[in-house]
This record gives sequence, C-alpha cells and structure tokens, in this order.
Amino acid sequence: MIKVRGLVKAFGVKPVLRGLDFQVDEGEFVAVVGPNGAGKTTLLRILASLTRPTMGEVSLAGLQLPGQSGAARKILGVVSHQPLLYGDLTADQNLRFFGRLYGVAELEDRIPEVLEIVRLSPRRYDLVREYSRGMQQRLAIGRGILHRPELLLFDEPHTGLDPDSADMLDDLLIKVTGEGRTVVMTSHDLIRAGELASRVDILSGGKIARSVKRGEIDPGELNALYYQVTRG
Amino acid sequence: MEPVPRNLKILSGITIAMFVIALYMVFIYAPREAVMGDVQRVFYFHVAAGWVGALAFLVTAIAGGVYLAKRNPKWDRVAVASVEIGVVFTFINIVSGAIWARPIWNTWWTWDPRLVTATIMLLLYLAYLMLRQGIDDPDRRARFGSIYGIVAFVSVPITFLSIRIFRTIHPVVIGSGDPSAEGAFDMTPPMLQAFMFSLLTFTFIYATLLWYRMRLGRLSEQVEKRKMEMMSI
Amino acid sequence: MAEGVGAVGRVGRGSALGGYLRAIGAIVWKDIAAELRSRELLGSMLVFALLVILIFNFALELDLRVRQTVTSGVLWVTFAFAGTLGLNRSMAIEKDRGCLDGLLLAPVDRSALYFGKVLSNLLFMIIVEAIILPLYSLLYNVNLFQPGLIVVILLGSIGYVVVGTLLSAMAVQARTRDILLPILLFPVVLPVLVAAVRATTGILQGLPLEDFQAWLNLLIAYDAIFLGVAIVTFDYVVEE
Repeated sequence: MIKVRGLVKAFGVKPVLRGLDFQVDEGEFVAVVGPNGAGKTTLLRILASLTRPTMGEVSLAGLQLPGQSGAARKILGVVSHQPLLYGDLTADQNLRFFGRLYGVAELEDRIPEVLEIVRLSPRRYDLVREYSRGMQQRLAIGRGILHRPELLLFDEPHTGLDPDSADMLDDLLIKVTGEGRTVVMTSHDLIRAGELASRVDILSGGKIARSVKRGEIDPGELNALYYQVTRG
Repeated sequence: MEPVPRNLKILSGITIAMFVIALYMVFIYAPREAVMGDVQRVFYFHVAAGWVGALAFLVTAIAGGVYLAKRNPKWDRVAVASVEIGVVFTFINIVSGAIWARPIWNTWWTWDPRLVTATIMLLLYLAYLMLRQGIDDPDRRARFGSIYGIVAFVSVPITFLSIRIFRTIHPVVIGSGDPSAEGAFDMTPPMLQAFMFSLLTFTFIYATLLWYRMRLGRLSEQVEKRKMEMMSI
Repeated sequence: MAEGVGAVGRVGRGSALGGYLRAIGAIVWKDIAAELRSRELLGSMLVFALLVILIFNFALELDLRVRQTVTSGVLWVTFAFAGTLGLNRSMAIEKDRGCLDGLLLAPVDRSALYFGKVLSNLLFMIIVEAIILPLYSLLYNVNLFQPGLIVVILLGSIGYVVVGTLLSAMAVQARTRDILLPILLFPVVLPVLVAAVRATTGILQGLPLEDFQAWLNLLIAYDAIFLGVAIVTFDYVVEE
C-alpha cells in the first residue's frame, strides 16, 4: 500500500528526514512514534501529498508522489491535529462543503451516517466555533472518513481529546482496520500506540530506527526500548 | 575561504578598464551637445542604467521560471542577485533622469512614460525583496520569489503601455507634448559610439556584480550549512 | 447502509469536468454561507469604503465642477483599498485554521481552488461596488447609472481579483502579511486602475466609444494575460 524508499526532506539546509525507508501493507495499522521534531508530522504530510519530498521515492497504492498526487488524494483521508474546519459554518455545512469538494456520492445519506459514527448527530446544526476541542476533533475525523478513503493518515489524533472522545476514536480506529483499511498514525502516546497498532515504528535521527510488531515484545518493555532507541 | 576564481578576477579587470574608457568617452570624446550643454552627458549613463535595470528584471523573471522547473537553488540565487543589482541601477536611472530634466525643463520630475515605468519597476523590485524578507522557509521563499518575479515582469510592459496611452490622450504641460520625445536630440557618430560603449560597459558591470553577488549567496549558504552541522553535534 | 464506516470506497462518479465545476461551486457556496453567518468581510469592506469616500470629500473639496472629473478616480481608489481588505481576509480565513490543507487534500486540480476563490472574491467585491455606487450617486448628486459602467467595473474588478487572489495566497503566508498584500498588488495592478478610471470617466462624460476604446481593450488584454499567468503559477504557490 505504502512504499517509501530513501526519503529525504530538508527545509533549506536543515535535514529532517534522512533517507527514510517505510513500508505499510494493506490492512495494516502502523503507529509512528518519536520525539518532538523527529519528523513524524513531516512524514505524514509527505504521505498526504501536502509536502514534496526533497529526494526519494514515495508511492501510495502504486501511485507515485508527487507526480500522481491528484489520483492518490482520492483514496486518502487525513486527520491532522488542527481541525481544518470552518468555524462560521455548522457541522452539517462543513461536511456538505467537503463532501461536494471531494465528490462524495450520496451525500445526503452519508452526512448523518458519519455524524452518527463520531457521535455528533445531536449537534448537527450547531456552529463549529461553539464546539469544544474534543468535538471539533471528532468532526474532523468525520470529515476524514467522509469519502470512504482506503488509506487513513492520523497526525497525533488523540491530542486534546477528553477520555470519552479518545475512547470513541479508538473504537473507530479498530472498526476501520477491521474493514480492511490501512491506517498510519503518529502519536506521542506509546501505550495507546502499542495497544492499537499492529506495528510500532520508532522515528529517530531522520529514519525509522526500530520497528516492533505486535507480540514481539512485552508492552511494558516498549517504553524502555523507545528511550533506548531515541537516546542512543 | 574560497579564493576569487581567476575568470572573475579577469572579468573585474576588464570591467574596470571599460568603465575608465567609458568615462573618457562620455566626458571628453563625445562632443558637447548644442542645445542642452554638458548636462546632456548624463544621458549616456542614464539610459545605460535603465537598460541594466530592465535586463536585471528580465533575468530575474527567467531565473524564477527555471527555478520552478528545476528546483536548483542556484537559479534562485541568480534571481535575488539580479534584483538587488536591478534596484540600484533603476534608482540610478531615475535620479540621473531627474538631474537631466532639471536644467532643461526646470523641473525634477516629468511624467514621462519611461520614467514612471522605471519608478514602478523600482517599487516592484522593492516589493519582491519585502516578500522574500517576510518568509522564513527558504524553499517557500524561493518559490514565491520566482512567482512574483514573473508576475511583476509581465506587468511592466502593460504598465508602460497604459501610461503611454495616458500621455498621448492627456499631454502633460511640463515637458514636450510628444511622450516619446524625452529631450530628443540628434546623435553625431562620436556620441553614438559613446552611447553604445556605455551600454556595453554597464552590461559588463552588471555581469560582474551578478557573479560576485551569486558567489556571496553561495558562500553564505555554506556558512548556514556549517552552522547547522555544528549545532547538531 | 448498516455497516459503520462503509465499504472501502469510491468517490462519486461523474466526469472530471463535473467534479471540477462542483469543487468551484462548493468553494463559492462555502464562502457565501460563512459570510452570511459572520458578515465580517462585507461589513469591513463597506465601512472602509464609506470612510474612504468621506475622507475624499474633505480632502478634495468635491464641488460640482471638480466632481465630474474626479469621480471615477475616487471610486476606483476606494474599490482598490476596500478590495485589499477583502482579499486579505478571504485568504486569512483559509490559512488560520489550517483549512487550506483541507482544500489541498481534495482530489481535484489545484486550479479549481484558485477559480473558486477568485469567483467568491469577485462576488464580494461586486457586492461592495453595487452598494457604493448608488450611495455615491446620492451623496454627490452624480448620475452613475450608466449601462456601460457595469462593463468597466466588471472588467476592472476581474483584473484586480485575478491578480489579487494569486498574490494574497502568497502574502498570507508571510510574517508581514497585512501590509505586504498592497505592496505586492498595487504596482502590478496599476494598469487596471489607470484603464478603469479613464474608461469610467469616458462613460460618465458621455464620450463616444472610440475615445476610450483603447482602455477597454487594455483591460481585456490585462485580464486575459494575468488569468493565464495565474493559472500556470497558482500550483506553485500552494504546493509545498
């Protein structure tokens, strides 16, 4: 599904990603963890076709980025830590706008469906600027899945969520992988990452320093391993 | 410190020599103009500076286009260097235009289409530099600079045309009624030679400065890189 | 559709052109809907325009005779300044909440985003102009209701917005964002202002078409040229 080889990204003379290799198969759920500034968001933005690589190969479902990013965006759903929503519009209007923009079929049915999934149906016609942070994030997730993407990219989605919303998000993530979709999630939360993902990749020094499949090590040891890898 | 390349030294030498010769040609070799007197000699450098200003702008626009296509930072350095030189020479063009106009038409400023266009070009250059200054990401800075360089350059001929039409329909009282006059005079052969040589000299000055400036840009980028490397140790 | 997220799916079918036009329409609709709710764009543009006209009144002593010659200049200066506010605000909304990314993720050609923004910017500018013109007519007892005027205003506004949208997309990403847009925009858009003012004066003074035909041609040429330039370069503004 995702094939990344020798990915380099530099901002001016400052290198962030230094020849990163990364691979995700269909249906996998990979969590990417690492210290602040390690380049997790940069990696995700490159996969989302929002940022161009300086060097290296990136392909999604066989489509090359950045050349075929237009086609790639059809199968991509992105949730970043900014809600990407219009405060002056209602939840319904926001979803309607993005639905039209993304060319979602049967939008009239899809909107209530999505609101139901993220449990925001009662607030459908309320303005987004009146939402709490947690609710905005939930709606943002709704926007991310609106067009039924095959590949979902989440950038630290649990940030700022109350425990209720966080649990709802976890349920959603599990359901989504159960349906065969592919998920890449960056996270600060090692424990959650270890529980949810089928694989945890540790990004350090501009590359994937260590990759741990579920069951390979005890969850308790993940923490120690993380510090070992990122300090070393 | 990287030494100045030999070719650049040679070019600098040639340019300096040409400038000395140009000075001689403009002030001594070319005859005194009958109507305007010695002040007319400003004309040689005035036009040459204007020519360099326009050339610099063209180079910036083209370098911008090439940068967008190839993404080699070298082209962005060309664009910036060219703009900086262009600002200076356009300014010289405008000021020398004023110096020329004052004794002849008793005013510092004539709304001559070329003069106005030069001023607008100066404003465009300055806007270009301000745009770059307001952006921190070097990648984005280069991209936006390239785009604005192209947009700005495309607007210059249209601006010139619009002021030209303006002048033909609304002749300004100061200065001659014909907008293309700008103190027209007949050039005798020695004057023509001085004129052409000035143009050539200024072009050489442009090329030399451009080379130096680009070198400066490259070196400062290397310094940045070293700094980065030092900090991550 | 009982299953949760839905079958691994396709986006809506339909021609690529349909999707393109729909995206443009969606952006315009969204800007209108948001503006209806907040009224911040139109409100600020209108108030500012009125203030400018008021200042001109005292600065220029628009007595009856002077008014004839100066009206079109006053109008277009007003439109230019108010237009800058609108352009800035319109882009700032997208940039500040990261909404620009939401737009960029759409599986549609980037130029659709450009056209969408151009159309909504144009719409707001025209609304402001449509309110200012009758107001000016009233205040100064000048008849501005000439049919040819609409053509000039349209052509001028199009040129202004086409370049303005492109440049505001860049300016909004700079630190000096608010002051930068006018500095970038005005020198480039000068031919539009010159041509629009002269054509407007021609129409208001009832001159025959040949007298100001050149200006209309200039406007059309400008609009066409910069539309082309913008279409080609917009991609480079938003790609990262």
